[in-house]
Amino acid sequence: MGPIATTTTGAMAMLESFFTRALLAGIGLAAVSGPLGSFIVWRRMAYFGDTMAHSAILGVALALFFSVNPVAGVFAIAVLVAVLLGFLERRGTLSADSLLGLLSHSALALGLVLVSLMPHIRIDLMGLLFGDILAVSVTDLAVIYGGGIVVLGVLAWLWRPMLAGTVSEDIARAEGLEPERTRLIFMVLLAGLIAIAMKILGVLLITAMLIIPATAARRLATTPERMALYAALGGIAAVLLGLWGSLHFDTPSGPSIVVAALGVFAITSIIPLGEKGTAR
Amino acid sequence: MENFVSPRRDEIVRVTGAGVRRDGRWLVRGVDMSIARGEILTLIGPNGSGKSTTVKTVLGIIRPDEGSVWRAAGLRVGYVPQKIAMDRSLPMTVARLMTLTGRHSRAAIAEALALTGIGHLEQAQVHALSGGEFQRALIARAIIGKPDLLVLDEPVQGVDFSGEVALYDLIGAIRDRTGCGVLLISHDLHVVMARTDTVICLNGHVCCQGTPDTVAASGEYAALFGPRAAQTLAIYRHEHDHAHLPDGSVRGADGQLHFDHHAHGPHCDHDHGGHGHA
Repeated sequence: MGPIATTTTGAMAMLESFFTRALLAGIGLAAVSGPLGSFIVWRRMAYFGDTMAHSAILGVALALFFSVNPVAGVFAIAVLVAVLLGFLERRGTLSADSLLGLLSHSALALGLVLVSLMPHIRIDLMGLLFGDILAVSVTDLAVIYGGGIVVLGVLAWLWRPMLAGTVSEDIARAEGLEPERTRLIFMVLLAGLIAIAMKILGVLLITAMLIIPATAARRLATTPERMALYAALGGIAAVLLGLWGSLHFDTPSGPSIVVAALGVFAITSIIPLGEKGTAR
Repeated sequence: MENFVSPRRDEIVRVTGAGVRRDGRWLVRGVDMSIARGEILTLIGPNGSGKSTTVKTVLGIIRPDEGSVWRAAGLRVGYVPQKIAMDRSLPMTVARLMTLTGRHSRAAIAEALALTGIGHLEQAQVHALSGGEFQRALIARAIIGKPDLLVLDEPVQGVDFSGEVALYDLIGAIRDRTGCGVLLISHDLHVVMARTDTVICLNGHVCCQGTPDTVAASGEYAALFGPRAAQTLAIYRHEHDHAHLPDGSVRGADGQLHFDHHAHGPHCDHDHGGHGHA
């Protein structure tokens, strides 16, 4: 394992340590995926998030094929899949569930086939599926924090209409909050998070970081805002714990973070709550 | 949505010849109605008669396939829908529910909850409320923004009889206090009628409308709800001109028993599709 900056001081020197960069990247992603993941849990969209994450493989493949930035490729394909899903749902012969299965696995398989058709490119399949948080560059950090601040900013700006639409689309529409528009923006935000998280977490771990911290936060929270905050904090705790564990036990870092998140969930599940307990 | 000048003072909503069609079938058609500030309008009709569809059209949730809906510019709406499918994973206190669609002060929240009689439940989780308490919380949420139009879709569902009376009293009191227009759906005429200014009797189309008295006296109303309802509003229940007795026989309005088949009386010329007998 590489040396942690001990002799030098200052922020730039800190960033020279791959482990520090990994910590910062994980913390940044957890801070965004907590609130976003809470909405996914509330709206029962876990499978939808999974499908969008799977489509990221196709996004990477197409980005390589057309020689564009993979972050842009993943974002574009994730948005496209969301729009396609909305269109197919409206046609209405197949359930949303079946459509998600169709799109999810097709996008994953198409991406893998496309990658194999490009012989001049050697791609790390494990990296696509599980990411590589220890290979985070300073540029990646800039993308994570820049993109993350934009996603959180838009989410904060649209918080009330988004939450109202989650409780009742009819109430939101009747009282002038345009839930269709906010739902669309939410999907774009989700696509944005998947795009910036793809390289670090990979397609299989992105949904885990969206769902597990949010479910861990549910029992302790009394309001939606607190649940979003607790989910972010729980995710950050999982990143710290997971990366420490991966260093200590020499285990793969991405899966270690998810295992740590599971640990956070287990702990919040057994914490005894007071009289006014919210675990209902 | 057409924008024409309102001919009646204080009119806040006008629906003209509205119809909604789904899968080639008209759910409701030819609806005309007008709601003024301070007026309580009640929609009644059997299940599947298009009450909720009509209300959603008024609110702009559903776009009519024919006809038009006019709403006063800047109309503030408070809506209590028939059903809310809120996932249990969403933590929500009653107080937080009050600010769902707009920002309100603590004092305004306390006032709305006190008005609906659930002031003591401010910090309770919404998922822990009883049916009646939840309805009151939804009504409090709808009135907190001081709406010009309060819309309630079967607000007394899941509430026992005394709670039902109390809720209708509450709705009347809100109207008296704030002067808002109220659009109310009821499948049950017996209590709400007393407070209602206008009743519209719906069964895929407007059967009849007017004051509770004129509607109760009208032949269409008797045909749809049975002669008993016309005689006395207070004990109204959805009834036809005959009743199904426990032993399977049918008793006509004249008290005669029919064992062979069940026939409808001469006034009962409406479409029976989509609703059962009480």
